[in-house]
Amino acid sequence: MRFLTVSGPPSSGKTSVILRVIEALQARQKKIGVVKYDCLMTDDDLLYAKKGVLVKKGLSGSQCPDHFFVSNIEACVGWGRENDCDFLISESAGLCNRCSPHIKDITAVCVIDNLSGINTPRKIGPMLKSADIVVITKGDIVSQAEREVFASRVKQVNPGAVIMNINGITGQGAFELTTLFEDASDIETLKGMKLRFSMPSALCSYCLGETRIGDEYQTGNVRKMEA
Amino acid sequence: MNYHDLLKIPLAQLLAEYPYLEDFFSSFGLQLQAGDQTLQQYFDALDPDKLLDLGLSREQLGKSLHDFLAGMLSLEDSTEKVESLTIIGGYDKSGTAEALEITLRPGQIICIVGPTGSGKSRLLADIEWVAQGDTPTRRRILINGAVPDGKWRFSTEHKLVAQLSQNMNFVMDLTAEEFVRMHAESRLVTDPEEKVTQILKQANQLAGEQFRSDTPVTSLSGGQSRALMIADMAILSRSPIVLIDEIENAGIDRKKALELLVREEKIILMATHDPILALMGDQRLVIKNGGIARIIHSSDTERKNLAKLEELDNTLLALRNRIRSGDTLEVIIQ
Repeated sequence: MRFLTVSGPPSSGKTSVILRVIEALQARQKKIGVVKYDCLMTDDDLLYAKKGVLVKKGLSGSQCPDHFFVSNIEACVGWGRENDCDFLISESAGLCNRCSPHIKDITAVCVIDNLSGINTPRKIGPMLKSADIVVITKGDIVSQAEREVFASRVKQVNPGAVIMNINGITGQGAFELTTLFEDASDIETLKGMKLRFSMPSALCSYCLGETRIGDEYQTGNVRKMEA
Repeated sequence: MNYHDLLKIPLAQLLAEYPYLEDFFSSFGLQLQAGDQTLQQYFDALDPDKLLDLGLSREQLGKSLHDFLAGMLSLEDSTEKVESLTIIGGYDKSGTAEALEITLRPGQIICIVGPTGSGKSRLLADIEWVAQGDTPTRRRILINGAVPDGKWRFSTEHKLVAQLSQNMNFVMDLTAEEFVRMHAESRLVTDPEEKVTQILKQANQLAGEQFRSDTPVTSLSGGQSRALMIADMAILSRSPIVLIDEIENAGIDRKKALELLVREEKIILMATHDPILALMGDQRLVIKNGGIARIIHSSDTERKNLAKLEELDNTLLALRNRIRSGDTLEVIIQ
């Protein structure tokens, strides 16, 4: 089974891009599974189900979303294998820009959009900087110059990645992206594998439900900025 | 110069030679200071906790630097010019062979005509992807008569096609001058200021209404935006092919715009149903059912008709101006 992690800032077009790729994969008679990670709610699983894709939804709720992801992804890969998927795609939003779901030796895709501002590539951490494939969306509504500048900013922070422009609405570029999905990592299990980068740490009173503000309530791993 | 040699050079010397390295490091939240320290020493001295905060590992930063420099160095000595682009026919949606081979050259204008959904976008996507029989149409694309290098597919610096369509807008919060300068700097051109002056001058020649260099790009009118986009594309974009999608009512001097692109030696592909624009082209590709159904070369008779069409167009333009100035149209020809 080929497995890929797809991540990107909220509303960058992850689901649209994946749906367009799925259409191209289905044309080649491939069985596809999607694991959709979100925090509070999502209806994207319905969009996938409508395409006849096997879909599993994971809501992290009151947990840190990326910690939730890493605690569950191995079982999801097992689920994909049991269901004889040819492709399993995990979709998760990078919510704090410092998290990243990317795993060593697993093809990692980051979706980022032209409207997010030219400084955004610098602000996103390992989710973008360590991705193998960077998909840039919403290029159909900005100028050629802006597309070029944005792509060069992405290239600056991740010079080794394959950078592709995809139109999530018309699907332009999705067929081409699919050819890269065909070369994604082929795996049996995630057992023994490692994240590409450690997740931001915390373990303080607020992690455990504290709501009161003030030094006396702060225990554990707390860091202070210079006032 | 290879990567390992670079690591041994003192930063002062390195930055003088590759000034863009400073921006590279700052995009990761790191400062590079010119001094006697070598790049290797700088790397070794990076604080692990700081790297962790920045979401970086030494290994990944090193790899990125290596890839970045390799890309930059290849940019500096990439002199390959696209002299021709050949489309070798594939099959339409019914499986009928296109049975054709078309070679396009810089300075040519090729119009693409056909209804929505006929396969215009797929043709353009085939060109952009430099298809090698691996797309649904099974078309093949040659550059300079040969199967091209893989770089045309994946490298952002070697994108084959620059696109302009009616839906595109500026979204950056910059003045026209700042905007063009930023594009020029991202392209690492040697004379950014000269390019800025040149592009703003050209854009003003194409625009129906003049604009100042300190106008925010988001405040430009539709026509002024289009004019700036075309001038910028002609002069600054590295892509040898320009695709223009429906600029019919763009409020710019379309003839001058095309002349500028021809002068800058672009291969111009234009999706249009405007008779004047279509006749300005050297040939028209008629797209039907996903395939190129026919190639029409603009004939001498058609070219003669172009003069008549332009006359009609000018008549309409005069009427439009009269409406604008509050005139009535009870008498059409004055």
